[in-house]
Amino acid sequence: MKLGTSAIIGGLLFALAIFVGLFAPWLAHTDPVMGANLMNAEEPPSWIWWFGTDAQGRDIYSRVVHGARISLTVGIVSQLVNSIIGVTLGLTAGYWGGWWDDVVNGLTNLMLAIPSLIFALAIMAVLGPGLTSLLIALGLTNWSFTCRIARASTLSLKSQGYVQAARVLGYGDLRIMITQLLPNMVGPIIVIGTLGMGGAVLAEASLSFLGLGIRPPYPSWGSMLSEARDQITTAPWLSVFPGLAIFLTVLGLNLLGDGLRDVLDPQSRSRRT
Amino acid sequence: MTTAPLIEVEDLRIDLDDGANHVAAVEGVSFRIDRGETFGLVGESGCGKSITALALIGLLRRPLSVAAGAIRFEAREIQRLSAAEQRALRGNRIAMIFQEPMTALNPVSPVGRQIAEMFVLHKGKSWREANQLAVEALASVRVPAPERRVKDYPHQLSGGMRQRVMIAIALACDPDLLIADEPTTALDVTVQAEIIELMRNLCAERGTAILMISHDLGLVANVCRRVGVMYAGRIVEERRSDDIFSACAHPYTQGLVDSLPRLGSRAALGRSRLREIAGVVPAIADFPAGCRFNPRCAQATEICRTTAPETTWLGAGGLVRCHHHA
Ligand SMILES: Nc1ncnc2c1ncn2[C@@H]1O[C@H](COP(=O)(O)OP(=O)(O)OP(=O)(O)O)[C@@H](O)[C@H]1O
Ligand code: SF4
Ligand SMILES: [Mg+2]
Repeated sequence: MKLGTSAIIGGLLFALAIFVGLFAPWLAHTDPVMGANLMNAEEPPSWIWWFGTDAQGRDIYSRVVHGARISLTVGIVSQLVNSIIGVTLGLTAGYWGGWWDDVVNGLTNLMLAIPSLIFALAIMAVLGPGLTSLLIALGLTNWSFTCRIARASTLSLKSQGYVQAARVLGYGDLRIMITQLLPNMVGPIIVIGTLGMGGAVLAEASLSFLGLGIRPPYPSWGSMLSEARDQITTAPWLSVFPGLAIFLTVLGLNLLGDGLRDVLDPQSRSRRT
Repeated sequence: MTTAPLIEVEDLRIDLDDGANHVAAVEGVSFRIDRGETFGLVGESGCGKSITALALIGLLRRPLSVAAGAIRFEAREIQRLSAAEQRALRGNRIAMIFQEPMTALNPVSPVGRQIAEMFVLHKGKSWREANQLAVEALASVRVPAPERRVKDYPHQLSGGMRQRVMIAIALACDPDLLIADEPTTALDVTVQAEIIELMRNLCAERGTAILMISHDLGLVANVCRRVGVMYAGRIVEERRSDDIFSACAHPYTQGLVDSLPRLGSRAALGRSRLREIAGVVPAIADFPAGCRFNPRCAQATEICRTTAPETTWLGAGGLVRCHHHA
C-alpha cells in the first residue's frame, strides 16, 4: 500500500487539527472566553499575541485553538452520523430491493434536490442555535452520497461469488451484510466520509457565521468570523486566522479524501499482492 | 432391504418466468442419493445442472422457481421448511463448493476467519474455539503450516489452495451431503486430480454423500457410483458408472462416451469436450417438441418429433428415456 503525496499532506494537516483540538487547554495561552482584558484590545499579531487580540482583548490564538475542538467535534460526529445513516439505508435498499429500495431512493433524491445547507438551516431555525442542534442538523442532512455509494456497491457486490457462496453456506441476511458486503465497500465510504467531514466543518462555519450555529462568546471558527465581520478593515487578523484554520482543515480533509481514493480504489487493491 | 434415501428428488420441474417467457427449464427430474453415496450429474452447458443443485438447497431466486415435484432431505420436504430451517440445513447438513475458487472467498477476510465463521454460525462455538477448529480444518485438507495459513487472505493463495480452503469450509460442519458444482474446471489438470482425490477421500472417511456436477463424463464416472445424464432439462439416462461406457442405452450418452478421448490420452488432453455431437443444446425457449434431442439424433424417427419418450427401467437400477434405446 503506497500513500500518495496528497494523502500524506492532507493527513498531516488533519492530524495537526486533531492534535490542536485534543490539547487545546494546554496549547492555549489564555482562557478563550474569560481571558478578556480591555487593556490589550485589538493588538495586532506580535510575539506576545501570536494571532493578535480582539476588541475585548481576548487572545485570538487561544480562541482559534479552542475553536478546533468545536469545529472538529461537529465535523467528525455529524459525518459519522451521516455515514451510519447512509450505509444502513443504502446497504439494505440495495440488498433487499423492492418497495424499501423505492422508499430509500425517493428519500435520497429528495435530499439531493434540496441543498443540504438550506435543509440544515431549516432544522437549526426550528431547534435553535447550539452544539446539539448543530450536530442534529448537519448529521441528518448529508447522507445522500454515502447512501448512493453504499447502494451501488451493494448492487455490484451482490452478484459476487463470495456473497452467493455465503448464502449457500447458510449465512442470514444480516451476517451477509456485515461480513461480506460492508467490509468490501469501506474504501469508498471512507473517502466520501473524509470529504464530507470537510464539508461539515465548512457548514458549521457557515451556520455559525449566520448566527445559527455556535453563539459567541464560545469560539468556533465560524462564530469568530461572524464577530470579526465589522472589523475586517481595521483588524484583519480577527478574520484571517480563523479563516486560515478553516481553510487548512478543509484542504487537509479534501487532500486526504482524494489521496485515500487512490489507495482504497478496488482496482488498486486487487493489484497489490 | 432398502434404507430411506438421504435426499430424494421426485419429478422436479423448475420454471423460468422472466415476464416475456414462461418455460420449464428443468422437467421431470428424479433421482435419489443414499447416505454416503456418490451420484453425478453430467450434461452440456445450460442443461440445468446448476439450477437443479440450487433447488436442492432451496436457493432458486426470482426468474426461476420450483413449479412441481418434491425434494426430500431425510424425508423432510425442503420447500415446506421455513427460511430459518432451510438456513440451518445449508452449510451445515448440505454443503456446496463451486467452480470458481477465485471468487467464492471473501477477498477482505482472512481464510481462517471464513472457516471459523461456519463453526460460530452452525455449531454455536465461541470465536476462540472456532479459530482453533479452523486450523484443524485447514490441516485436514492438507494445507501445509495451517496455523500460519489461517491468517492469509485469499489473494495470497494459489487456485488449488483456495479450492482446498473451500472444501475445508464446506466440510467444516461435517455435512451429510456435499454438492460439488464443477469443482475443478477452473484449475489446471494436475491440481484438478489432487483436489478430486482429496474431496473423494475426505467424503469417504466421513461418510459424506457427494452430488457431483460436471461436463466431464469421464471425471464423474470416475468419482461417482451412479451417473445421471441430463439433456435440455431432463435426465435422459441414469446408470451405474461401471455400466455407462460398456452398455449405455441413450444416443446422447453414446455421443458423450464417443467424444471422450481414449483412455490414457485423456490426461494429456485435459477436460473432454463434447465436440463430436453435431449441433448445440437448444435454448430453453426453443426446446423442440417430442424428444428434445431429436434435432441432433441420428436415430430419430417420426415419433421422436411428436412424443416425449417415457422412462424405461433397465436392470440394476438404470433407466433411459428414448423411443429407440439400445
Ligand atoms: N438466474 C437465471 N435467470 C435466467 N435464466 C437462468 C438463470 N440461471 C440459469 N438460467 C438458465 O437456466 C438454464 C440452466 O442453467 P444451469 O446454470 O443450471 O446450467 P448448467 O447445466 O449448470 O450449465 P453449466 O454447465 O454452464 O454450468 C440455462 O439455460 C440458463 O440460461
Ligand atoms: S427418443 Fe428418438 S430422438 Fe430421442 S434420443 Fe431416442 S432416438 Fe433419439
Ligand atoms: Mg452450472
